[in-house]
Amino acid sequence: MRILRVLGVGWLLHFKIISRSPFAIGVGATWPIVNATIAYFMYRAGSHPQTLLYASLGSAVAGIWSIAAIDVTGAVQRQRWWGTLELLVGAPVPFAVVLLPMALAIASAGIYALATTLLWGRLVYGIPLPLEHAVAFVVAVPVTIASIGVLGFALSMVLMRFRTASHIGNSLEYPVWIASGLLFPIAVLPAWSHPISWALAPTWGMRALLHSALGGRPWHDIALCAGLAAVYAAAGIALVDRFIDAARRRATLSLT
Amino acid sequence: MISLRVFFVGGLISYRALFNWLNPWIFFPTLVVAPIFQVLFFALLGRAAGLESDRFYVIGNALQIAALPGLFAMSFTITGERYSQTLAPLLATPANRAALFLGRALPVTANAAFVCVVSFVGSALLLHVTFPSSTLLPLAVAIVVTSLSCTGFGFLGGAIGLRVRDSIVLINLLDAVLLVFCGVNIPLDELPEWMSQVAQGLPVTHGLEAARRIADGARLGEVRGLLLAELAIGAAYAASGYVLLRYLERESRRLGTLETA
Repeated sequence: MRILRVLGVGWLLHFKIISRSPFAIGVGATWPIVNATIAYFMYRAGSHPQTLLYASLGSAVAGIWSIAAIDVTGAVQRQRWWGTLELLVGAPVPFAVVLLPMALAIASAGIYALATTLLWGRLVYGIPLPLEHAVAFVVAVPVTIASIGVLGFALSMVLMRFRTASHIGNSLEYPVWIASGLLFPIAVLPAWSHPISWALAPTWGMRALLHSALGGRPWHDIALCAGLAAVYAAAGIALVDRFIDAARRRATLSLT
Repeated sequence: MISLRVFFVGGLISYRALFNWLNPWIFFPTLVVAPIFQVLFFALLGRAAGLESDRFYVIGNALQIAALPGLFAMSFTITGERYSQTLAPLLATPANRAALFLGRALPVTANAAFVCVVSFVGSALLLHVTFPSSTLLPLAVAIVVTSLSCTGFGFLGGAIGLRVRDSIVLINLLDAVLLVFCGVNIPLDELPEWMSQVAQGLPVTHGLEAARRIADGARLGEVRGLLLAELAIGAAYAASGYVLLRYLERESRRLGTLETA
């Protein structure tokens, strides 16, 4: 019960913080519109207007990943700057339970990207959102956001020892967009890269949203997305204690 | 002599500070990996849309990427001084302002050209795009001209950073405008008329057009007009940025907002 409370309060607190960040909201909500606009023009000029909804949803998911890749990977370093890292590590709950809601809250700010991109597509380009499986769409949105947040959490664990984690996370923005087939199908990519695509939650989150909207098997995609999130969470939790123990032993918590 | 020292030494120190004393863990992911993947991303999107060849996207994005250091670094040189609490002492010095801020622009321009070349070469190798050897030198000229012009554009953003606390949001928007409007990924004739018109007043547009013509076999003399237009646009933005910087500096002193902006 206490763990659930920490998760809930932590998510709410950090969602409020990120929702007041001019960078996260200003940049996070506008770049998906920019990418969607470029993709609209490219697909329209290339005579593929049927893929406009794909571009719209893909840009939104790309926006969610961008926020997660930059802000979640920089979350530990940010706590270090704020001088709160030692306090959080010293709190009588596992550090993973403190960090996980941070990651989920940051990814949740992607809801702004989703809303603005779909609204932009509807108002400016007249792209409808058909919603063949409305219930599945409503489930797919939080599952996709949560899975991307947890992917960011696992990545932040891998990069925990780097002071420049957010810069490394930043460089992973485009590679994940490419591998997840967010704005073009992964069939465009070489066959050797497909297993990488399948191991990424944004791939299945994107498919879940698309199949919910246009028809298909969204529940299958949602289940895979949720399953991958569980794997990422387990990997992140397994890593976090090792890094925290190492940092305590070497007294490098605030120095790394 | 003092102005020359401020120009060269000040610019170099500021540049090193910008990348946390040239930390490769910041430089490599931000200015090598990300730009190459940007080119790959749009080239693959172009393949899926069936719009243009890979070469179109390699040239377009590599030149637009020249704007990245130009825009962001010029802004960070101002906001970075504020974060490190050196802005007020810096502006209290009697140093020549043109030498002070243009000195910061010089290494940024060289950096922009370097990043452009890295993304050009890296993505061309990955996408198997080739250019005749006779086009390489003229392409290098187009890259340097576009980098200069983008740094001039960044100067304007840097000046705004003197007054606006979250200028990074504005700089991101300017970067987005270049990406959408300048024919980087969408041919200008596929854009609405008003967007094509706006593009004529932005950096990158003319340099990019020149680079594409060079890649198609045009000689440097044949694209001289485009390159001069690119330089003129960059110079106009740099001049506007300098005037705005001086004005905002005076206003910040008068209103006592140098540190609070």
